[in-house]
Amino acid sequence: MHLTKEEERLLESDTPATRKAMELLVELGDIYGAEEMVEIESAQASGISYKSIGDPGVEFLEGFAEEGAEVSVTTFANPAGMDFEQYEEMGVSEEFAEKQRRIRDALKEMGITLSFTCTPYLAGNLPHRGQHVAWAESSAVSFVNSVVGAKTNREGGPSALAAAITGRTPKHGLHLEENRRPTHRIDVDVDLDDQSEFAALGSWAGRIVEDGKPYFTGIDAATTDELKALGAAMAASGAVALHFVEGVTTDMEPPEHVDSATFGAGEREEEHAKLNDGEDPELVVIGCPHCSPEEIADVAEAVEGETLESDLWVCTSGAVKTWADRNGHTETIEAAGGQVLADTCNVVSPIEELGYETSATDSAKAANYLPGFGNQQVVFDDKRSLVEGVIEDE
Amino acid sequence: MSEPDGTGEESVVEGNSITEGTAAGEVLRSTEPISFYGAVEPDTGEFIEEGHQLEGANVAGKVLVFPRGKGSTVGSYVLYGLAQNGVAPAAIVNEETETIVATGAILGEIPCVDDVPVERLEDGERVTVDADDGVVRR
Repeated sequence: MHLTKEEERLLESDTPATRKAMELLVELGDIYGAEEMVEIESAQASGISYKSIGDPGVEFLEGFAEEGAEVSVTTFANPAGMDFEQYEEMGVSEEFAEKQRRIRDALKEMGITLSFTCTPYLAGNLPHRGQHVAWAESSAVSFVNSVVGAKTNREGGPSALAAAITGRTPKHGLHLEENRRPTHRIDVDVDLDDQSEFAALGSWAGRIVEDGKPYFTGIDAATTDELKALGAAMAASGAVALHFVEGVTTDMEPPEHVDSATFGAGEREEEHAKLNDGEDPELVVIGCPHCSPEEIADVAEAVEGETLESDLWVCTSGAVKTWADRNGHTETIEAAGGQVLADTCNVVSPIEELGYETSATDSAKAANYLPGFGNQQVVFDDKRSLVEGVIEDE
Repeated sequence: MSEPDGTGEESVVEGNSITEGTAAGEVLRSTEPISFYGAVEPDTGEFIEEGHQLEGANVAGKVLVFPRGKGSTVGSYVLYGLAQNGVAPAAIVNEETETIVATGAILGEIPCVDDVPVERLEDGERVTVDADDGVVRR
């Protein structure tokens, strides 16, 4: 791989963390046949929750910070395992909190923005079309490639961190225009009535296309939150980093000579059934990926003046929570017995240690991860139905 | 290039070097993609994803053969964690190693070879993965 003088300098840096970061990127570049590096505008670091990375991860990040790791581009952090201010209310143990704070402190030392969100594009880091970035967090990768039109590979947590430190990433994969073409066509032959149906479509499509780049036809319109749900689901059931929605995210013609499949009413019902294996949830969670202000307003409207018979978490970034607080949504949700949590979500928090066995979600990504990683039975449905389902009768 | 052995069967499966190192072990094979995050317990190496072909198996010390990674980008840290906890696969063999698995294998110093179709290796057979040369020997 050709390295510039600056990159040679980074590779021989006196700062061990910088040197290691560059070594990792050169090694990855060699593996994937990159001819050169590309400079990036921003990074998203994943692997932030203590639950996800454990003690080896804490030691890795602290060690890296001690060795002088410092980010050189805007770098946002993925969700942590707890809300830093409300962890006691969540039921998170002091032992977990202490480890999570050590991770936070290491990130801060490296100059990472303590955003703790999987939707950086809703909270202050929105790249523009054509920009190269290095994002980990599979759902954010999908969103930024597909909806925004910036360019990133599916970075592993540590490779995104290495890119953040050096300000570059090997130029291969989705950084090259020729690799950003559809590989599958998915014809949607049923109305998608709410966000959970976009999630179900994504969950179904991800298994079919695996690491392909599907082109969807038959979707007339989609909100930002629906596109967020579609991409997140495909990134969890498959390894999809880029997709196209005809007339919505792209003006590209539908591809010919690619594998195709049809998503109809039957597939929609089957996927809903597949994602559902529980009933009577003790906890309803909205916000995987993290909620937008609109989603929080929707939930607040649904629970206003009501009392909930299950716990309710509305998960979002600290930035969006501030807006929810200011607009009175947090107060409305708390009055009904719910919580608006910043910094975390049901996937990366130690949910199984908090006494929950069955939880409800409108996210196919969460429905995919919760059984294995959170030891949960899952109820999957649209957010309004889920919330209305746990409102106490008068 | 493949070398003949005494039985006339192929003794070397050619692949592509992803990381360095050599390790031997029993093949644990999945024809399904793997997301390490949420699927493998980092403390024990136990495969816990419900409904997955490998549910109930343990990856520790095995030559883990699977087509490709999927799912969360935190998978790299899970592989690194498995290595730190002494319960990593002895080696990884893929059809295509994407960045998440490659990053985890580099940090965890796990020998890794790709460009090997999963059906080339039998579940339970004993092999040596020579990641320096990018080959699997049986």
